[in-house]
Amino acid sequence: MVLELQKPRPIWQIMFSTHHTDVGLLYLIMSLGFLFLGGALALVIRAELFLPGAQIIGDAMTFNRIFTVHGTTLIFLFIIPFASAVGNYYVPIMVRYKDMAYPKLNAIAFWLIPPGGALIWLGFADFTWYATPPYSIISAPGPAADMWIFGLKILGISSVLGAINFVVTILKCKHPDMSIGQVPLLAWSFLSSSLIILVAIPTFAAALLMLLTDRLGVSGFFNPVMGGDPIAYAHLFWFTFHPEVYVLVIPAIGMMYEIIPRFSRKPIYSFNSGIFAFVLLSIVGFSSWAHHMYATGMSFTEKTVFMVGTLAAVPASAMHVFNFIATMWNGRIKFATPMMWAVGGIALFFSAGAGGVANAAMPLDFTTHDTYWVVGHFHLFVMGTIAFGSIGFVYYMFPYVTGRMYNETMGKVHFILSFIGTVLVFFTQHVLGLYGMPRRIFDYPPIPEWIAMNQIVTVGAMVIGVSMAIFLVNMIYSAGKGKLANTDDPFDLGGKYYYPFEAKNPSH
Amino acid sequence: MSGHSNWPEWVYVGVVIALMCWVGAEAWEAERLVEHVPADAKTIIVTGQQWFWTFEHEDGTKEIGELHVEKGKAYKFEIHSKDVNHAFNIHDYVVLMDAIPGRVNTVWFAPMEVGTHDIQCREYCGLIHYNMRGTLIVEEPSS
Ligand code: HEM
Ligand SMILES: [Cu+2]
Ligand SMILES: [Cu+2]
Repeated sequence: MVLELQKPRPIWQIMFSTHHTDVGLLYLIMSLGFLFLGGALALVIRAELFLPGAQIIGDAMTFNRIFTVHGTTLIFLFIIPFASAVGNYYVPIMVRYKDMAYPKLNAIAFWLIPPGGALIWLGFADFTWYATPPYSIISAPGPAADMWIFGLKILGISSVLGAINFVVTILKCKHPDMSIGQVPLLAWSFLSSSLIILVAIPTFAAALLMLLTDRLGVSGFFNPVMGGDPIAYAHLFWFTFHPEVYVLVIPAIGMMYEIIPRFSRKPIYSFNSGIFAFVLLSIVGFSSWAHHMYATGMSFTEKTVFMVGTLAAVPASAMHVFNFIATMWNGRIKFATPMMWAVGGIALFFSAGAGGVANAAMPLDFTTHDTYWVVGHFHLFVMGTIAFGSIGFVYYMFPYVTGRMYNETMGKVHFILSFIGTVLVFFTQHVLGLYGMPRRIFDYPPIPEWIAMNQIVTVGAMVIGVSMAIFLVNMIYSAGKGKLANTDDPFDLGGKYYYPFEAKNPSH
Repeated sequence: MSGHSNWPEWVYVGVVIALMCWVGAEAWEAERLVEHVPADAKTIIVTGQQWFWTFEHEDGTKEIGELHVEKGKAYKFEIHSKDVNHAFNIHDYVVLMDAIPGRVNTVWFAPMEVGTHDIQCREYCGLIHYNMRGTLIVEEPSS
């Protein structure tokens, strides 16, 4: 792999570079920065909800702004750019090409993110991460709302440019000796998620513009007072964002496919079923979006169609779980930090999927929809699966990127605390939802069960907070002062065999 | 492709598919029953607006924030909104339906016991969404 930080270079050289590992490094640092920022907002939310009554935030509007920016940040400024970081480092190497297909476009895709992020953070909108009309048209205060719309527009363009680049790099620039079936699963995960982006995003891009003109009062697409229909927005939004949840999760699964076999010291159980499941999910993932809308008054038949569409996507996810377990089976497993995160992530992925099946069953969704259950459900994905896979991969990449080793004990403590915290927070939130607590509320009535569970959740969140502080210290300290890594076999797995994607950065 | 036999995976995928079919069939059957509104259900018009609920009974009486109904009778809610989206929710009775301006959604229930239950809004609707609450009071039939 490539060594980035061992030969120090002036920062502007990295910033103005278009080389894939430099752009990857920029993506990496920026996305982790937003992980900490967005995570800090989560701790504020949890502190507020520790007890009924106003705790540390004075008013509901500030609270609403905080959870909106929290969600928007972690989805669009952490998860997506983090995947791009990994893709930038690995995809060209895996397809044996010198760089991404369009290096300049690659740098542009990256540099669109800071302005997009700035618009979201400077605006601090309050209309939740899905900006539902007519609230977002007639009630949400500007300019925050408008800045959010422009911010998302820019981030969407960045995603599309990045996706084009990955698709072309993988399909057109792969080494001629390599068939598409030999491309590693991590690269396959980028191919599938990029194709989903290209099909899904334009719909939301249109919806965003329509939202903007509605806000300006010159159109009424989603404004019932002007003859529009808010439900139309919900369809456009979820047509993009249900597939988008797979865009978020698929690269994380790809990262696990990188970690699991190496640390099990066995080849992947079934390479083909990994590819099959990626492709299947990318297609079937488009038939389930309205499972987010059962309670909007859809007819029985509509609900049935989307329930079937949702359940049809489950086997594809289940195949990955099987593949992981079968790969680990009888392996000589080494539980180094990256492996612990990957295995923890798979366990949480499984529980998240099981909860999703319950949501998808129409009558059950009426108990869970828009309660804390749903918050628990999707956080088992976004935190439990995606952040876990991603953080594991940060540890995995660390020696290659910096040439140094992170502190293994701190890495393990980080994992154990995060895992305990995640279980405390998100499993408890499922139960809280069954007790009826709605999501997105600044304050709640003093129902004893609600108070008790909210306190468990807040304590769990603080445990995660502590673990993330350990992570930060470990990364910063070890990048400069950690012991030098043996980049041929940094994890002591027994030889180069386990790192098949060796390549030298040609510009160094 | 890698030489080993794949039958455990096929069996596993088969089991998952069978499970999903079962979940789907059960859900379909349950939802079909739940959606069937009894013919003698009384209509209550529910209106959500930032940030309170108004109820109008068939005889024209109106209530704000409180809803009185009688045990053992079926009620059909016709749900409206005056401004933004809300969601009418009586969690104890699994009554949940969005209130969307420009639309009328319906949902029904039949309380079987005397008691009081919380009514809340479960769809984000702005500043006081957290406190858009009410009370359902189920009483003995008056007759
Ligand atoms: C087995 C696969 C999955 C199933 C069956 C499933 C099912 C569902 C259903 C039915 C809902 C709607 C719940 C409601 O609001 O009433 C939902 C919500 C959600 N899911 Fe999933 N899901 C799956 C995978 C994922 C993945 C992979 C992610 C993220 C990477 C995800 C993220 C979300 C999010 C963000 C929401 C909440 C959206 C919102 O209302 O704000 N889900 N899921
Ligand atoms: Cu979905
Ligand atoms: Cu509300």
